[in-house]
Amino acid sequence: MKALRRKLLVHGLALGAGLALTAGTASTALAEFQPKKPIEFVVMAGKGGGADKAVRFFQSIIAENNLAPVPVTPINKPGGTGAEALVYLNGKKGDDHTIMFTLNSFYTTPLRQPALGVDIAEFTPIARMAEDTFLLWVHSDRKDINNVDDFVKAAKAKGSGWIMAGTGKASEDNLLTDFLNSAYGLNMKYVPYKGGGKVAKELAGKNADSTVNNPSEQLGFYQAGNTKPLAAFTPQRLPMFKDTPTFRELGQDMVYFMQRTVVGAPGMSKEAQAYYTDLFSKVYNSDKWQKYLKDKSLQGDLLTGDALMDYWKREREVHRKMLIKMGAISG
Amino acid sequence: MTVRIAELAMAILMGVFSLYLMYKSAELPIGWIPDEGPGGGAWPFWLSVLMLLSCIGVLVNWVRRKGPVAVSEETYIEKGVLVDVGLVALALIITVGLFKFVGVYVALPLFLIFYMRFLGNHSWKLTIFFAIAIPIVTFFFFDIALRIILPKGITEPLFYPLYKMFL
Amino acid sequence: MVEILELLVTGFAVAFQPQNLMLVIVGCTVGLFIGAMPGLGSVNGVAILLPLTFLVPPTGAVIFLAAIYYGAMYGGAISSVMLGIPGASTAVATTFDGRPLAKQGLADKALTAAAVASFVGGTISVVLFTFFAPPLAHVALVFGAPEEFALMMLAFATFIGLGGDDLYKTVFSICIGLVLSAVGLDIISGEPRLIFGNITGFLHGINFLVLAIGIYGIGEMLWTIEEHRKAGGQSMMSKATVTVKRTIGNLKEITRTWKTLLMGSTLGYFVGILPAAGATPGSLMAYGVAKQISKNPEKFGKGALDGVAAPESANNAASTGSMLPMLTLGIPGSPTTAILLGGMVIWGLEPGPRLFVDHQDFVWGLIASLYAANLFAVIINIAFIPLIIWVLKLPFTILAPLIFVLCLIGGYAPTQDLHDVWLMLLFGIVGYLMRKLDYPLAPAVLAIVLGPLAEPALRQSLLISGGKFDIFFTRPYSGPIMVTAIILLLLPAIKPLVRRLRKRG
Repeated sequence: MKALRRKLLVHGLALGAGLALTAGTASTALAEFQPKKPIEFVVMAGKGGGADKAVRFFQSIIAENNLAPVPVTPINKPGGTGAEALVYLNGKKGDDHTIMFTLNSFYTTPLRQPALGVDIAEFTPIARMAEDTFLLWVHSDRKDINNVDDFVKAAKAKGSGWIMAGTGKASEDNLLTDFLNSAYGLNMKYVPYKGGGKVAKELAGKNADSTVNNPSEQLGFYQAGNTKPLAAFTPQRLPMFKDTPTFRELGQDMVYFMQRTVVGAPGMSKEAQAYYTDLFSKVYNSDKWQKYLKDKSLQGDLLTGDALMDYWKREREVHRKMLIKMGAISG
Repeated sequence: MTVRIAELAMAILMGVFSLYLMYKSAELPIGWIPDEGPGGGAWPFWLSVLMLLSCIGVLVNWVRRKGPVAVSEETYIEKGVLVDVGLVALALIITVGLFKFVGVYVALPLFLIFYMRFLGNHSWKLTIFFAIAIPIVTFFFFDIALRIILPKGITEPLFYPLYKMFL
Repeated sequence: MVEILELLVTGFAVAFQPQNLMLVIVGCTVGLFIGAMPGLGSVNGVAILLPLTFLVPPTGAVIFLAAIYYGAMYGGAISSVMLGIPGASTAVATTFDGRPLAKQGLADKALTAAAVASFVGGTISVVLFTFFAPPLAHVALVFGAPEEFALMMLAFATFIGLGGDDLYKTVFSICIGLVLSAVGLDIISGEPRLIFGNITGFLHGINFLVLAIGIYGIGEMLWTIEEHRKAGGQSMMSKATVTVKRTIGNLKEITRTWKTLLMGSTLGYFVGILPAAGATPGSLMAYGVAKQISKNPEKFGKGALDGVAAPESANNAASTGSMLPMLTLGIPGSPTTAILLGGMVIWGLEPGPRLFVDHQDFVWGLIASLYAANLFAVIINIAFIPLIIWVLKLPFTILAPLIFVLCLIGGYAPTQDLHDVWLMLLFGIVGYLMRKLDYPLAPAVLAIVLGPLAEPALRQSLLISGGKFDIFFTRPYSGPIMVTAIILLLLPAIKPLVRRLRKRG
């Protein structure tokens, strides 16, 4: 084990030295807080899930550029669509060494399960790293479906036999499916699977008729010509899918994003908050993350501090209305 | 307590546990939802029913005195075994209880000393060797190499310099 | 064909660069240790070391992680044989006969068999991989929920007859395993379920390892303390030794299991290809089949060498197999490959069907490195056997506390939640009390492994079909698998019937 560490270190010095020197030292002057023990990075998903991959990606960027004096250690709390992670972080009041990576279950899970006693307005905002986008996908072999009108016609004909695959009940995918059903008078059946990668595969393997995957999940199959996007749930067309219209263009006002945000424990000290905000601003501006944003067609600027808190509060209301509409919670 | 009595007690206990599982499963729909298949509680509920039926089967065998366990009049746990196994089980429970408060690196040496010195009658020299060596190996393997930070409770600040040195 | 060989040669050129070769050797050794630790398996090893792989180029990184994956597969058997605790779900079946062998003082034989079987399984599967990867990718892609459920039924069916003599207690054990596997979240309705006492620790469900380490670790050790007391000291475990003569004898005996090795390797490979299945069902099925086709099925569970050879060849073959959907489609074939896919993103590669075409160096470098990884893993593994045997010779009152320490930390490591350690203790103590009453516990462990795979697949299938069961029989892949499973399930009932008819005729 020791030998391995030494080996990794030797390579690390060769590869990372240049970057490390420029990035690592500047941060100390800015913030007084310095982490004393490994930073716990809570993941709202199991190992290998979407959020887990992102966290390990951040961890890699931090280690590669030597951005923190201590290691970041991911810890998976996959239970209950984020409920376990939220309760865990909520219980770490005033902790300066625990942060979490969240998606939109950050809003929906506390709304659906008030018994958890979690109020996201108490958490410490650190940095929104991106907003992921959604598109409507079908299999490329469906030569009869080339636009949303064709899609509506085909889905109507099959009624509840039309399978929409998604990630879990009351998830982002479920909200969008409900939207499509009510906007176009469809009766698609929503089948939940574990994880977006699996959903993408079910479409490529023709076990589902359509999905509302993120580009990052569907990209491999799209590039291989297995699947095609019909429309995007974004305000403007995405640079990567220039020929794909938005739902707004088609007369349906449906814009939906998934946040990818780092959040701190409630009651974290101001100094620690400043430290992590600075740390993740550096991660955001790293070449690797910028390239990832571009490659995976992610949107959204860096958002920190009070602006991020305002964004959460706004989004929470949007989600409350959506959940009431789909009957998942009562008003 | 004879094995025969223990068999009866265990079957009843597990039967009650099955009933509890059924009750708990029924928090979600346990029936058939048209066009969708079984509800969220159906899988655990009906399997718990099967558990209950198995327990009843064991009880029927017990009444009919069928099978070696149902007729055995041997002692279920002999006194000497009860002391040996009970002490170890108790030590384990106390050790895990200590994890949260004083951390792994206090609890494990205490457990090792108790087991090796007082149950195993090994020399103090050997006992102390293991009580020191094992936590060190554990620390370097889990905390340092694998970065699985083990619980340390109130002893956490003592490890800050070590983190700084090795991580 | 020629083209494939050419690609393989370029792959070898990549794999045998000194740096990559070093990475293979280091990876195998690290993996071996991680795998041998109860509670830690290839998933943990790969997840933990993944973020550090930016230090080397992508090809080196994936070679390193694949070597860890492989090493951990070899290492899993060490914990199974030596401690009787499966370090990961893939090594469960290895305990069934590996542990009895160790108890008879034949740990060296079991460990050698495991190493050789792993080598054979790994090598056969890499050869299969080299020549039949792209055509099989199609199977992995169309394999949906109905097929997954059919496969789980088949896995259960091959295990009929594994339980004890008492039918009721066996059924109880299977059911309690399946019910416990349902704890946590119901993914279909999105509702939490079976959250006992509203304790948040139950939200993430009951990890297979918690039950396995509880029963096989804590429970088994308490049982051994009792046996030890009755035997008045010395156990047979310490009788194992390593001499050149003994090793040659062992190797000779292992070659006699070649049929089982071939069966395990092929079966493991094909099951491993199927997405979401991974190495666990593969190794379980191989064990079940080996028992059913054996001339001495009664020896299984009591120290049959075939009972070690089958699951060990299968789980290594399956881990190679699970790389097929990962490389050809960008979909995980096992939890470990799911993490490797995350790695590809870190390294700037786009996993998906184009990978095989766009990044030939990467893909073929990895395939070639698997050949090398197998070779080194078996050598390193065999080299460590004397050390393991030496550890087994420690006095029981030293070995026992060490194993307990391993169990406690192993129970904590996967989820880093003390809740799971408490649960593990509870399972251990209750398991010990139940075992004294002849409740078979292996079926519960199998059920908790297969349950979380089977239930969602069943319900997703029924959602798709609108509640109709014909979906399992009308699809090209699930139909035959399901029918085979049903025939196997009915076999114990049919056999005596056929025999009676024959007697009459």
